[in-house]
Amino acid sequence: MTTSKKNPILSLFASVQLALFLLFFLAATSIIGTVIPQNSPRAFYIEKYGQKTAQFFQLLDIPDMYNSWWFLGLLALFAINLTVCSLERIPQVFRTIRRDGLKVVPEQLTKFPLRHEIQIPEPFTLATEHVATLLKSQGWKARETDKNAGHLFFAEKGSWTRFGVYVVHCSILIILAGALIGSSAVARKILHDPQFAFKGSIMLPEGEVTDHIIAFKGGEHIDLGLQLRCDAFAIEYYPNGMPKTYRSRVTVIDNGQPVRTTDIEVNQPLTYKGVTFYQSSYQPYQNYRISLKKQGTGSETSATVTTAKQMDWPETGVSYGIVNRESQGEVTRRLKIWFTDNQGDPSIFWVNSNQEAAIERPSGTYLLTIRQMYATGLQATKDPGVWLVYGGCLLMLVGLFIAFFLSHRKIYVFIQPEEKGSRILFAGEANKNKVGFESKFSEFISKLEK
Amino acid sequence: MDSSQLFGITMIAYLLAAAFYLGLFLFKIERIGLIGMLLALGGAVVQTTAIGLRWHESYQMGIGHAPLTNMYESLVFFAWCTTCFSLALEFRFKTRIMGAFVMPCVAVAMAYASFSDRIDSKISPLIPALQSNWLIAHVVTCFIGYAAFAVAGGLGLMYLLKQTATYKKHNHTLAGSLPELMVLDDLIHKTIVFGFMWLSAGIITGAIWANEAWGTYWSWDPKETWSIITWFLYATTLHARFTRGWRGRRIAWLAILGFLAVFFTYFGVNFLLSGLHSYGSA
Repeated sequence: MTTSKKNPILSLFASVQLALFLLFFLAATSIIGTVIPQNSPRAFYIEKYGQKTAQFFQLLDIPDMYNSWWFLGLLALFAINLTVCSLERIPQVFRTIRRDGLKVVPEQLTKFPLRHEIQIPEPFTLATEHVATLLKSQGWKARETDKNAGHLFFAEKGSWTRFGVYVVHCSILIILAGALIGSSAVARKILHDPQFAFKGSIMLPEGEVTDHIIAFKGGEHIDLGLQLRCDAFAIEYYPNGMPKTYRSRVTVIDNGQPVRTTDIEVNQPLTYKGVTFYQSSYQPYQNYRISLKKQGTGSETSATVTTAKQMDWPETGVSYGIVNRESQGEVTRRLKIWFTDNQGDPSIFWVNSNQEAAIERPSGTYLLTIRQMYATGLQATKDPGVWLVYGGCLLMLVGLFIAFFLSHRKIYVFIQPEEKGSRILFAGEANKNKVGFESKFSEFISKLEK
Repeated sequence: MDSSQLFGITMIAYLLAAAFYLGLFLFKIERIGLIGMLLALGGAVVQTTAIGLRWHESYQMGIGHAPLTNMYESLVFFAWCTTCFSLALEFRFKTRIMGAFVMPCVAVAMAYASFSDRIDSKISPLIPALQSNWLIAHVVTCFIGYAAFAVAGGLGLMYLLKQTATYKKHNHTLAGSLPELMVLDDLIHKTIVFGFMWLSAGIITGAIWANEAWGTYWSWDPKETWSIITWFLYATTLHARFTRGWRGRRIAWLAILGFLAVFFTYFGVNFLLSGLHSYGSA
């Protein structure tokens, strides 16, 4: 700890007190953003908390606190603390695991909390051989030396597990690095390349094509470098009326060529060249798609129709249109259709959305289906850091397992010749799970006593 | 026999188990404790069947999914995890008395799930956001963590009671049947370590799922934020122990505080705050 005296800032960042303080402070301040609604418009805060408080919030970036200078600053401090703390301690761990167990003075062994002494009738050389075989059979790779008119064995297992906690620390740094690489703010403000990492969305009507999305933060257009067409959007419902599936059929167009057509559903995104598209919302349009068939002739047609507009189907001499509709919110349930083949009175009738209706006319029977048109709300994300985050998460679990459940165990066996037979001193230590090691230790000794 | 009847039997078994365990604590009669343990064990067996049956019933309704998707099912699963964890610890460490501090919490969870007006016990179909293979991984990892933290909180309470009694030399009274302080301290540490591992796994599976469904692995939604607050709290506790040598009373208090954070993450967020996890509130 001589360095810490020289540099007080370094010693502050290497201290566990700071780590404890930061962990606790991060936990405490994080509560704020769960109580005060985040990312609402400014007027909301003024109305709810009053002008003065709202101004104070603005000053501290409370409306977007998890991206505020002070919260990110805390996280940065935390990362620095984690790094310095670990770097300072890792050399100590190296020294600990390099310490040669054979250099121990036999008198020290008698002071180990975990020790046991036995006397056996076998002479010294035979006893030494026994111990050597037993150690080997129990998987201890022992080293040995003659010492103080006796013989000392030393073996250890799992010395590398002392690094487990630093694996966890390292994994946190990797996750933070991944988050930084995948951050759209970093891509925009530091790399000046908004296409490097972004999050945004687009409302895409059926049949239309987009080559950009609108960024969540800032609202500017981000060029996708490809085109995406929404071929169809559909909602399926359970019998009880709850939504079952939101599905968009989309086609990716790269360099003017359609390269892939696929369905996007919630929990089933589409990834193409690093950009991932998610089903996130939808918007019913006041446009309708009408499909018409004339029975027995094979002629059919379809058209996009708005209300109160007459459409013609010249092939059959039919005219039709929507004269009225019944909606629930923006979703149309029923439509009133006007239909004529110019022979006799026109047919006027109600039809449910997505249900086929048969129309008997003097010129034949016509089948009509009408459905409302939608725009699908897609979210698009490009996050080049996500695999680093996932890797960090995996590493964290591995590290936690090592740090909590594996231990560094050492065993010493010192054999001394006696007038009749030999005396054997066992000593052991483990840095974790001491109780478990104790039972292993006595088990080991009982094997020799047999 | 349908699953709701079996859940009813489970609830009664847990209520009785809690009563008998408390009887063991109050009267220190071994046999009462044994009955408590058998009731808890029997309850857990019936509940396992009930959960399996409810799963099966959902398939018969044509909306098959694991029974882990609303507040009722999550409370039931919490009760199941906590009972199993507590029984495992009881067998492993011979600490039957622990049931007096854990089973009441389990019984309350089951009773609340069954009787509260706010909780709908119907099997309902899965909304699109929940239709994912991550559902089981996420819920199971989180709830093993919650169960461990609930037990750690109970142990913390036991520690404080025992310590107060030891300090006042009232050891012959109630607290006499509690395990030694050293044993309790070690158990608190072990359960926190176990819970921390699973909470980490729960947060990670949740993050991966969020990225699959919503396109972002972390959005500071209140549930996410409270889970990380809980994680920070337990991380602080572990560091205080490992590096500052905190033991005993302080760790016991932190175990209780940690469980309060868990409780808020689980309940408070659903009922008091709004966010993406709102389907857990009904």
